[in-house]
Amino acid sequence: MDKTLLSGFRDADLIQTRVNEIKKIITRPWVIMEICGGQTHAIMKYGLEQILPSEVEFIHGPGCPVCVTSLELVDKAVQIASQPNVIFTSYGDMLRVPGSSQDLFAVRANGGDVRVVYSPLDAVKIAINNPEKEVVFFAIGFETTAPANAMAVLQAHALGLNNFSILVSHVCVPPAMRAILSSPSNRVQAFLAAGHVCAVMGYWEYPPIAAEFHIPIVVTGFEPLDIIEGVYRTIVQLEKGEHKVENAYSRVVTFEGNRAAQAVIKQVFEICDRKWRGIGTIPASGWKLKQEWAKYDADNRFDVKAINPLESPLCIAGQILQGMKKPFECPAFGTICTPENPLGATMVSSEGACAAYYQYSLNR
Amino acid sequence: MQPISSSDNEPLSILGGYCPIPLPHQEKIVLGHGSGGKLTHDLIHSIFQTRLGNSVLNSGNDGAVLPSIGKDDEIIVSVDSHVVTPLFFPGGDIGKLAISGTVNDIAVMGAIPKYISAGFIIEEGFQTETLGQIIDSMAATAKEANILVVAGDTKVVEKGKCDGLYITTSGIGVRQNNLLIGGQFVKPGDDIILSGSIGDHGMAVLQARGELGFESKITSDVAPLNGMIQMALNAGKNDQGNAIHAMRDPTRGGVATTLSEIAQQSKTGIVINEKSIPVSEIVQSICEMLGFDPLYVANEGKCLFFVSPQKTETVLEAIRNHDYGKDAQVIGKVVADNPGKVLLKTILGSTHLLEMLSGEMLPRIC
Repeated sequence: MDKTLLSGFRDADLIQTRVNEIKKIITRPWVIMEICGGQTHAIMKYGLEQILPSEVEFIHGPGCPVCVTSLELVDKAVQIASQPNVIFTSYGDMLRVPGSSQDLFAVRANGGDVRVVYSPLDAVKIAINNPEKEVVFFAIGFETTAPANAMAVLQAHALGLNNFSILVSHVCVPPAMRAILSSPSNRVQAFLAAGHVCAVMGYWEYPPIAAEFHIPIVVTGFEPLDIIEGVYRTIVQLEKGEHKVENAYSRVVTFEGNRAAQAVIKQVFEICDRKWRGIGTIPASGWKLKQEWAKYDADNRFDVKAINPLESPLCIAGQILQGMKKPFECPAFGTICTPENPLGATMVSSEGACAAYYQYSLNR
Repeated sequence: MQPISSSDNEPLSILGGYCPIPLPHQEKIVLGHGSGGKLTHDLIHSIFQTRLGNSVLNSGNDGAVLPSIGKDDEIIVSVDSHVVTPLFFPGGDIGKLAISGTVNDIAVMGAIPKYISAGFIIEEGFQTETLGQIIDSMAATAKEANILVVAGDTKVVEKGKCDGLYITTSGIGVRQNNLLIGGQFVKPGDDIILSGSIGDHGMAVLQARGELGFESKITSDVAPLNGMIQMALNAGKNDQGNAIHAMRDPTRGGVATTLSEIAQQSKTGIVINEKSIPVSEIVQSICEMLGFDPLYVANEGKCLFFVSPQKTETVLEAIRNHDYGKDAQVIGKVVADNPGKVLLKTILGSTHLLEMLSGEMLPRIC
């Protein structure tokens, strides 16, 4: 990575100039939702709310894959990982997410073989090297992780592996945006769309949403200047009463997106209803393995006992994920709910809103 | 294997067979090396004494006898266990780490490290040659740090019961009486000096595990810092004793966690400037990619100094005059506001809290 490229997007003068332009044009309060948890963390880490005019209010979106993975599925993962002949592989973030009774770290401490991998293809390698074991990968995430997860299935198939499967919990951004906008309590007036998701999917799915709900959508990156630019463009539109889709992350995102990646997704996954943790079931908001790949579906492969998921009654993660409440409005925040003892997934993930507030904000 | 035969190729045994002599276990460590018997003695002699030997270690008694210290001195003791995977990484190995870690813990207390004892837990089947290389590295580091290894212990555990080799080192240092150096002596107004770039050790080890799928040229900063620290202490001398009120090496948990500890211990607030924190380009880039913050990544050759402002320039110059401190920077200040908290002033001029590292640092998903 070119440091000069990176530092350009963190240049205090450039950022301040753009902030001054926002101050010049803004005439009233506006509520903007950044979709992605990575953007939430950048906003908190760089203190962007401190330098933006007070009329700009961010509410933090549901784009944290760890946070929205349903509790049933976490419990299922815990059960599968606890089985003696299983090597359970996962992105690191998922290990700390609390299930109803325990998390994957606890499974590991109890002797389960739970391993952190950086890519599902590493899980395939583990399956090759351990033919006598069942190797399961926890395939969570938005459109960003779907191509690599699909590739892992294709690779396992090409290699003729009989001991590899994935536990799928894929979720998609556009249905979640519709669900938020359709809610009677919605306050969101503009979206900063998630740059990494759009790198894969493009932004051809957004014009119908912008038109139907009269809402500006700006594809936005993750560096502070990216986010300020995204805010600037939404404010320009909001002040003019426009509702267009714009791309403020054109160094990475094109309208069509990554066609090859989309083709791989289409080859392996099909659309399904999906339960989002804290939010509920959103129709046609997820992906599951197609029937022809059922053999690689951990859900079919393992006989998992009836699961009665039990959320902490105190956790308001659902309201936070929908932008209805701020983390510090939760009585458990920072007191009985901390990153060491999280009640909900939003306190765990490096993209969770509660974790971002806990880590960076003095208001607690 | 050929039967052992006499010089004229006649079989030794009149029965036509031969008595197999036990194989000498020289290439690999076997359980017998930890038995306390002959194999143990051979190992101690051939691997440890030849490399680390000195008159105290070689005396062969159950305990080391050390010379008495002057009545104006205090004794500082510290202990540290080392379990790094892999055992060798760019810039160092577990041996260098085991000596440096303990030397640094003593040096940051304002003491001069003198003696170290080392305990080795070795996995059955470990290559003897590899053990030799690690002890060589310990010897070289001990020499650089001017300390003696005066006592040692070796245990061998069954294969699978440990990950190659674990080393525990305990050190003794001496410090001039009444030298008030420690986290509790940090005061509002103190400047904070960081001796160089951060995150190199943690990222070098992560890289050496070969799990990242890419290669880079990061090297660990592991080093014994007592030389540099002594230069800083000499420069910091003043009427009250020393202008340096505390020193600490930001190892696991990184600079952010160490600063948090100091803020809580001293009941002061700490404000640091993001702009002034030295991070190498390569560490910054890899951290960006994995979603790590260099402020939370481990260092093994860096030190934080809390210095009374009248002496900041003098102490900074002394640190920069040492090889290990040439990139030293003043990174922030101790304040009275927000006691127990560390604040980071971002490059944009905004401020946010720096929390302690919670649990393991985990790579992000996307």
